Amino acid sequence: MGMCATEPCKWLGPLGSHVARLIHPCPQWPYCEKRCSYCNFNKYIPRGVEEAAMRSCLVTEARTLLRLSGVRRVESVFFGGGTPSLASPSTVAAVLEAVDQASHLPADSEVTLEANPTSAPGARLAAFGAAGINRLSIGLQSLDDTELQLLGRTHSASDALQTLAEARRLFPGRVSVDLMLGLPAQKLGPWLQQLHELLGHCDDHISLYQLTLERGTSLFTQVQRGTLPAPDPEVAAEMYQEGREVLREAGFRQYEVSNFARNGALSTHNWTYWQCGQYLGVGPGAHGRFVPQGAGGHPREARIQTLEPDNWMKEVMLFGHGTRKRVPLGKLELLEEVLAMGLRTDMGITHQHWQRFESQLSLWEVFGSSQEVKALLMQGLLLLDRRGLRCSWEGLAVLDSLLLTLLPRLQEAWLQRAPSPV
Amino acid sequence: MLLSRGGMWTLGGRGRWHGRALAVWATEAAQRGRPEPRPTPTCGTPTEFRARDRLYSSAERKEKIDMSGFSVENIRNFSIIAHVDHGKSTLADRLLELTGTIDKTKNNKQVLDKLQVERERGITVKAQTASLFYDCEGKQYLLNLIDTPGHVDFSYEVSRSLSACQGVLLVVDANEGIQAQTVANFFLAFEAQLSVIPVINKIDLKNADPERVEKQIEKVFDIPSDECIKISAKLGTNVERVLQAVIERIPPPKVHRKNPLRALVFDSTFDQYRGVVANVALFDGVVAKGDKIVSAHTKKIYEVNEVGVLNPNEQPAHKLYAGQVGYLIAGMKDVTEAQIGDTLYLHKQPVEPLPGFKSAKPMVFAGMYPVDQSEYSNLKSAVEKLTVNDSSVTVHRDSSLALGAGWRLGFLGLLHMEVFNQRLEQEYNASVILTTPTVPYKAVLSSAKLIKEYREKEITIINPAQFPDKSKVTEYLEPVVLGTIITPDEYTGKVMMLCQARRAVQKNMTFIDQNRVMLKYLFPLNEIVVDFYDSLKSLSSGYASFDYEDAGYQTAELVKMDILLNGNTVEELVTIVHKDKAHSVGKAICERLKDSLPRQLFEIAIQAAVGSKIIARETVKAYRKNVLAKCYGGDITRKMKLLKRQAEGKKKLRKVGNVEVPKDAFIKVLKTQSDK
Repeated sequence: MGMCATEPCKWLGPLGSHVARLIHPCPQWPYCEKRCSYCNFNKYIPRGVEEAAMRSCLVTEARTLLRLSGVRRVESVFFGGGTPSLASPSTVAAVLEAVDQASHLPADSEVTLEANPTSAPGARLAAFGAAGINRLSIGLQSLDDTELQLLGRTHSASDALQTLAEARRLFPGRVSVDLMLGLPAQKLGPWLQQLHELLGHCDDHISLYQLTLERGTSLFTQVQRGTLPAPDPEVAAEMYQEGREVLREAGFRQYEVSNFARNGALSTHNWTYWQCGQYLGVGPGAHGRFVPQGAGGHPREARIQTLEPDNWMKEVMLFGHGTRKRVPLGKLELLEEVLAMGLRTDMGITHQHWQRFESQLSLWEVFGSSQEVKALLMQGLLLLDRRGLRCSWEGLAVLDSLLLTLLPRLQEAWLQRAPSPV
Repeated sequence: MLLSRGGMWTLGGRGRWHGRALAVWATEAAQRGRPEPRPTPTCGTPTEFRARDRLYSSAERKEKIDMSGFSVENIRNFSIIAHVDHGKSTLADRLLELTGTIDKTKNNKQVLDKLQVERERGITVKAQTASLFYDCEGKQYLLNLIDTPGHVDFSYEVSRSLSACQGVLLVVDANEGIQAQTVANFFLAFEAQLSVIPVINKIDLKNADPERVEKQIEKVFDIPSDECIKISAKLGTNVERVLQAVIERIPPPKVHRKNPLRALVFDSTFDQYRGVVANVALFDGVVAKGDKIVSAHTKKIYEVNEVGVLNPNEQPAHKLYAGQVGYLIAGMKDVTEAQIGDTLYLHKQPVEPLPGFKSAKPMVFAGMYPVDQSEYSNLKSAVEKLTVNDSSVTVHRDSSLALGAGWRLGFLGLLHMEVFNQRLEQEYNASVILTTPTVPYKAVLSSAKLIKEYREKEITIINPAQFPDKSKVTEYLEPVVLGTIITPDEYTGKVMMLCQARRAVQKNMTFIDQNRVMLKYLFPLNEIVVDFYDSLKSLSSGYASFDYEDAGYQTAELVKMDILLNGNTVEELVTIVHKDKAHSVGKAICERLKDSLPRQLFEIAIQAAVGSKIIARETVKAYRKNVLAKCYGGDITRKMKLLKRQAEGKKKLRKVGNVEVPKDAFIKVLKTQSDK
């Protein structure tokens, strides 16, 4: 079983490139071997997946959406899920070929696959490499077998290390691993040991995720019933702080709340999200955000594809795509996303970046005179200077609290500037 | 608290079974000119009237009756007093049936309490009155049963009602024996020098032990045991004997019809169409429609529109005469114009007012706020409607930075407050936040400047913000009550420990029988206003009973306690507290605040302070991590929605310095703690 994420396919532009015509598709593979105890993503346990049909639909939808977006160059592709590594390499190859035909997929584009550790990973990973995958994101989650069981994972710690070693051999410098923190009953010391052990094996990219107990998952129910202790937020906060410290000392740059990279191995694809670039979501339940071509001043749209694989496939076969919902984003909404997403990164929001979305109202004008924002600056949680607006090291850990001050301030400034906003 | 189920005859189902006997009787009176007591050889119901009453139409029922025929010697004014559930209402029902005042139907079971809260809680909030006509040995008697509110909170009303009586029926449960409220009620009657007829009820119960109760009565009240009447009100056993005892043992009122009018107001209600309906007992003189009367308290003059008797609903009469009890309507617009205990007299014929009048004196204060400020107007009108009928509730507009606009209400006691709140919720569907009740403290001022400002030396402090500094006062005073607790002796130790913890001083301890103890303690009122009764009940498995009476004020070492958030005073939480309790109260408030204050971006120090001295402290640590771990494409919309909703909520928070305090936190700290 893999990452049970229904992640959209993203086609990412180059770092700092112009947002206009670069697109990042994210094809979704909606199936998992088994349900993980913490995962509430859109995923399905297949009963004999008709892979050929699914492949053909992914190809069709990718073509349709690329045409709609008018994109001429695809910067990155991200196969999320579900567990996309359960799909066959030929499906991945077919989708990538379709992308290249409909638009253009340069050889140096980042093409990531989410993969779960398995007991004999070698041949399969190599086949994905041959199909066009050049970056792997491994849902390793823990190096403790008891914890892996608690999470409902099918792999063992040794599977994880073996898969990691194999992946590094095949995709040197382009392998990422996920590690979870804040599990029920998890202690700081042993978790730090796991992190240190992982540092002995990992490549140049690590993601640290705090467990979120989501309603409807088996972990949530167990905690509700009291059969498992609730995760202690204090302990999780300490793990996060200590973990950041350990990774910093090991030469990693924390370029986003949960993402750490060294030797410049940032994920191009995810960076696009945080910079509010355009991306297409392909596959059941995928989300996308792009400006449809020929829309003539039409705004950027948030698009959601139909959730259930069977229905989605029917729609794709009928209409060429399974877009269930299109929501035009207002200017203020876009700016709110620019703010909330941008501040997740270590660079924050540069003045230059902000200006691409809003040329009239500068960051200084929005935030410079607010007493509440000044208090955050004084506390050393936030920085507003010639580079732009960003969180301090301490501020990044409490960004959601900072946004509760910043978002209303942005709204206020926006309303004052434009009495009747769109 | 202590409740007593009480009769509500007057107000239930106006004009159905009530008044029939009287209506007929009135017709007879009209035929004969006046209602002569008819010659009947034995005591009993005027059956002849009852058989014929159905012949008359409802129009005739409203005919005025002539009350002049009752000579004072044939009048008895009495009350029934009892501990809760000892059978006061059932006995009253039987008496009404026996005298033909109401039909003997199944519907008369227990009370006809009008208010939902009265039915649910088995208490009488408003006193009720009924005039019974009873034939005995050839004479017709007018027996005025003046019912009293059944709770200590209303002891002033009880004492006024009793002052219109010459005797009481003291009802005691044959199984439970004397309880705290029995004692309190007895002494009220005793102090008013009334004849007390002990009635041991429920002798039909399996565990009834009337002999034991007789002995208790002898021991505690010094009443010979052969004076007790043993009855079963439920089955009607011996109830007739009660009526005979009323006639034999209770003296007629000492009044003079020829003197100028002197009438005691012992209750009043508000009628939307007719204004105030005052219940009166005439000590002297006569009153009739058209008379000009004056309130001794307000000196306002009114013209009488209607007088009558309560049977138990209103039955107009031509006149009311000395010794009689009835109602009077005189164009009063507001219940405060007919205050309980006031004396009415004829214009230009002033009399010495009857003694004992006091304006309603609230003993417990609490803030009341709408849960949602948009409900303010609705709540305001509901409060107005309720207070129109209850002049003992004082209302002052108040506002709190945290809770918005509301009122500071004064109540006679805790039960009174609960009943008021419950009526708001049940009858007006209003949902309110009620803050922890406080009691009226006093300060004796020493500062000449302050005395000049207040124009008096002794001031009452209702709002803690007005608490004068120690340097400007000679002493502080707190209200005290004399509490009576009756408990099986196995709980005596625990009860005494509880009382000690409440700063109470023991005054007396008596065994009322082999295994029951009566304890008397002087309590500071504020020590019992919140959860004392519940604690007492739970430590005695429900067996101990408690009642109290006002015992004035005593010197107390009071201090003003501030609650600080990062050094800033929270105005809503300023509290007056006894020095010895400052630490525990301060600690409790700090702990409750700690549990309800959300973490913020900085540490929050919650402190309780007396002057500059910190007496309790709790800390809410700063957020160390508050950012969603994963945020990629699919999550954005959901996350933005969540953030915006939280940002909206943040705008509504009250800021104390830089600390944001949700309304919930105040409610949790200020609200009456019912879960203790």
